[in-house]
Amino acid sequence: MASIDIHGIRKSFGTFPVLHGVDLTIRDGEFIVLVGPSGCGKSTLLRMIAGLEDVTAGEIRIDGKRVNDLAPKDRDIAMVFQSYALYPHMSVADNMSYSLRLRRSTKEKIASAVGNAASKLGLDPLLERRPRALSGGQRQRVAMGRAIVRQPKAFLFDEPLSNLDARLREQMRAEIKKLHGDLRATSIYVTHDQIEAMTLADRIVAMHAGVVQQVGTPLDLYDRPANLFVAGFIGSPGMNFFEGRYVASGEGAELQLANGATLPLGKRLGIESGSVATLGIRPEHVVIADGGALEAKVDLIEPTGFGIIMHVTIHDIPMKIFTLDRAMLNPGPNVRVDLPRDKLHLFGTEGTRVD
Amino acid sequence: MRTSKLLLTVAHRLAILAYIVVALFPLFWLLKVSVTPNDLLYSEGVRMWPSRATFEHYEFVIAHSAFPTFFKNSLIVAGSTAIAVTILASLAGYALSRFNFRAKYWIVALMLITQMFPLVMLVAPIFKMLSPLGLTNSLTGLVIVYTAFNVPFATFLMQSFFDGIPKDLEEAAMIDGATQFVAFRQIILPLTLPGIAATLGFVFTAAWSELLFALMLISGNDAATFPVGLLTFVSKFSVDFGQMMAAGILALIPACLFFLLIQRYLVQGLTAGAVKG
Amino acid sequence: MTIAAHPQAVRPLKKRIADASEPYLYSAPALILIITVMLVPLALGISYAFRDIQLLNPLSGGFIGLDHFRALSEDQAFFRALRNTLWWTGASVFLQFLFGLILALLLDKPFAGRGIAQALVFLPWAVPSFLAGLNWAWLFNPVIGPLPHWMYALGIMDAPNNILSDPHLAMWGPIVANVWWGIPFFAITLLAALQAIPRDLYEAASIDGAGPVQRFLSITLPFLAPTIAITILLRTVWISNFADLIVVMTNGGPADRTQIVASYIFTQAFKRLDFGYASAIALVLLVLLLAYSMLIVLLRQTLLNKG
Repeated sequence: MASIDIHGIRKSFGTFPVLHGVDLTIRDGEFIVLVGPSGCGKSTLLRMIAGLEDVTAGEIRIDGKRVNDLAPKDRDIAMVFQSYALYPHMSVADNMSYSLRLRRSTKEKIASAVGNAASKLGLDPLLERRPRALSGGQRQRVAMGRAIVRQPKAFLFDEPLSNLDARLREQMRAEIKKLHGDLRATSIYVTHDQIEAMTLADRIVAMHAGVVQQVGTPLDLYDRPANLFVAGFIGSPGMNFFEGRYVASGEGAELQLANGATLPLGKRLGIESGSVATLGIRPEHVVIADGGALEAKVDLIEPTGFGIIMHVTIHDIPMKIFTLDRAMLNPGPNVRVDLPRDKLHLFGTEGTRVD
Repeated sequence: MRTSKLLLTVAHRLAILAYIVVALFPLFWLLKVSVTPNDLLYSEGVRMWPSRATFEHYEFVIAHSAFPTFFKNSLIVAGSTAIAVTILASLAGYALSRFNFRAKYWIVALMLITQMFPLVMLVAPIFKMLSPLGLTNSLTGLVIVYTAFNVPFATFLMQSFFDGIPKDLEEAAMIDGATQFVAFRQIILPLTLPGIAATLGFVFTAAWSELLFALMLISGNDAATFPVGLLTFVSKFSVDFGQMMAAGILALIPACLFFLLIQRYLVQGLTAGAVKG
Repeated sequence: MTIAAHPQAVRPLKKRIADASEPYLYSAPALILIITVMLVPLALGISYAFRDIQLLNPLSGGFIGLDHFRALSEDQAFFRALRNTLWWTGASVFLQFLFGLILALLLDKPFAGRGIAQALVFLPWAVPSFLAGLNWAWLFNPVIGPLPHWMYALGIMDAPNNILSDPHLAMWGPIVANVWWGIPFFAITLLAALQAIPRDLYEAASIDGAGPVQRFLSITLPFLAPTIAITILLRTVWISNFADLIVVMTNGGPADRTQIVASYIFTQAFKRLDFGYASAIALVLLVLLLAYSMLIVLLRQTLLNKG
């Protein structure tokens, strides 16, 4: 097990920059999830840690040792690929033992390591099969087994669940979490799925356009998103936004919308009166109440079974509400809503959070 | 509607049948003459099958002529060429498939150029180059020349097979502790076995069939390959058709065997090396 | 401190060199062979065109400037070979393409026994070219071959003669052999292109009301066009260089009626051992082929620009 330090990492493909200086410290045993839309550089960062991509600038240290110029084989890390990358011409057992055989471990050691990993993952009856003869979920397990037999310094996961169907993905997600609980191995997990990020991570690293947007625990990112990108990316359905002009008035402040309407903010915040700002509120935090301050025109109702997603318009701005109230399946043309002040997020001109 | 569809199907099958007949008839005729006894050859003319078949021509060709030597020479030349080309082309094809390097563009251009100019241009200079080295009239000389001629095409062919294997597999192997070369040998090559078989087959057939350079470089019977031997035989004793055709059938066998081997890969092979026949 | 830092500074450089040289190590053996056995002879061959090189004459080897080309400009046999090359290439490519396309269309639809039919019709491609040549030469030989007798019976010929010895008809012999041998190449290439056309395009077109002919003209042909163009271009160059069948079947005769430039080069080098003159002809052929390829590329560019 090991800590990983990433310092000022940059990456360009030719003249095209994809990472603009990433700093990150990963503690021993921590489960870190890199999350962001495709093309944000998260996979590239992971591959640089693995040694599969050259480092354009900056430094990567594993356990304090600089690994920039080490080949992947000398970094002692394991990786689970999106495609699983199982060797098609080897049996499950051979797939799992390949790394140990390359290191010339003894037969007994290999047998016990493969046996342990197999029983942990429920692969015992499959050891002699070829990957071709396995289901998607089984292949995924073998890929994980291949990673854990080695007891490496760190595990890297590159979107390992995205080739599975939804049900299996849920199940494997839980298994990965359980496995990490058992092994306590330093893990870096790349995904574009914010649910995976929220459920698995000790800390989430949200990335966008080659820049780290926010690092923190899942609830940090949910409760106090650092900027508009994180606010919009974390949570489903996504956060509602109102663009307008921040105006301080007396003790309080309000947001003036384009059509002249205003939304009260409750307290004064640290930006200049008159500047452009964006107000955000999550769909699940909007309160439907008969005496609500705002009128919302109901456009569409999407029942999910568990709850209801309502598409509404407030002051000509479309937004979503998530509610558990089944009465809202037939809400009538309009409902009254409140935006609780302690659930509001305000973002300044640059899109960064303002408190 | 129904009858016209039926008619169309019948026409389709008849057309296919016509193609098959045209494709096979010359080979059938070769076989027919090779089993026709000499005394019936002229009297029975265009009969489809002789009234009496014989293997005497085959016996003569195998026991009393130089054809077994030719056959052996051709096997050695075509076999060695196929193996040498496949090794060189696997390495070069892997480089083209997996690495991005500065000279890649130039290497591809170079290989394409070698496929474009008339090889007959090289007959004279290669003869002049090989003769002081003692490589004319030698099987080694032929193997070297054939290997060079076939490497570019085989490289493109192997490259297309490597391209079909996901890069993830090497990366996984490298993370598991392999160097790139070990990953190439232990993971990628075993997965390319069908491609390797196809390349062996293509090159074997090409080397087995080559005529002009063999004619130019080989003069004696000892080092003659099958095409040279058969052609010399034809021009010297152009009367014994039964024996010639028996020899022809024998020359056809290895080529057809390899054809069966590579038949599944024909399309891939021809698209990879669309430049060559 | 400096001593400790030193190896750290050197290793990345060493690694960088190792990394950068890896692809070259893989490709070096093939490259070295290609350069020594193909490019060096090519350069030598070009130089021979300007030298007097005769294998049997030990005094030859001197630089003679453009003498070979002067001789070539007055060589009637060469100009006849040039015309024969056009005829040989044009007829072979056209017929191979036509029959290859029909065969590909026939094989495109699945039917019982398609696998076997495909293997059988593609078999001629596996026949060594020298054997294909001999085989057809024998078929045209009235002594043992049926073709002259059949053509006589059908009234195509006045007497069951060997067309290979008839100066007016001889060229048809190698062309027929070449077409027989080359149909599979076109058929396989076109079949691959045909099968790459998405099936739902045809379904969409039939739902839109297109008949079989319209479907062929508006879907099949446009999809095949790039493959057809590139295959014909490459095949034209290849066939114009392809001397095996002619050397085997007629050796250029009768009366040079079937001599093409490639076989003429071979005859000069192989029979007369006049390497200098052979190389001069080869150089002219190379220039002509380059000009042809450039012309095609330019034509394509202008057509594309217009479109």
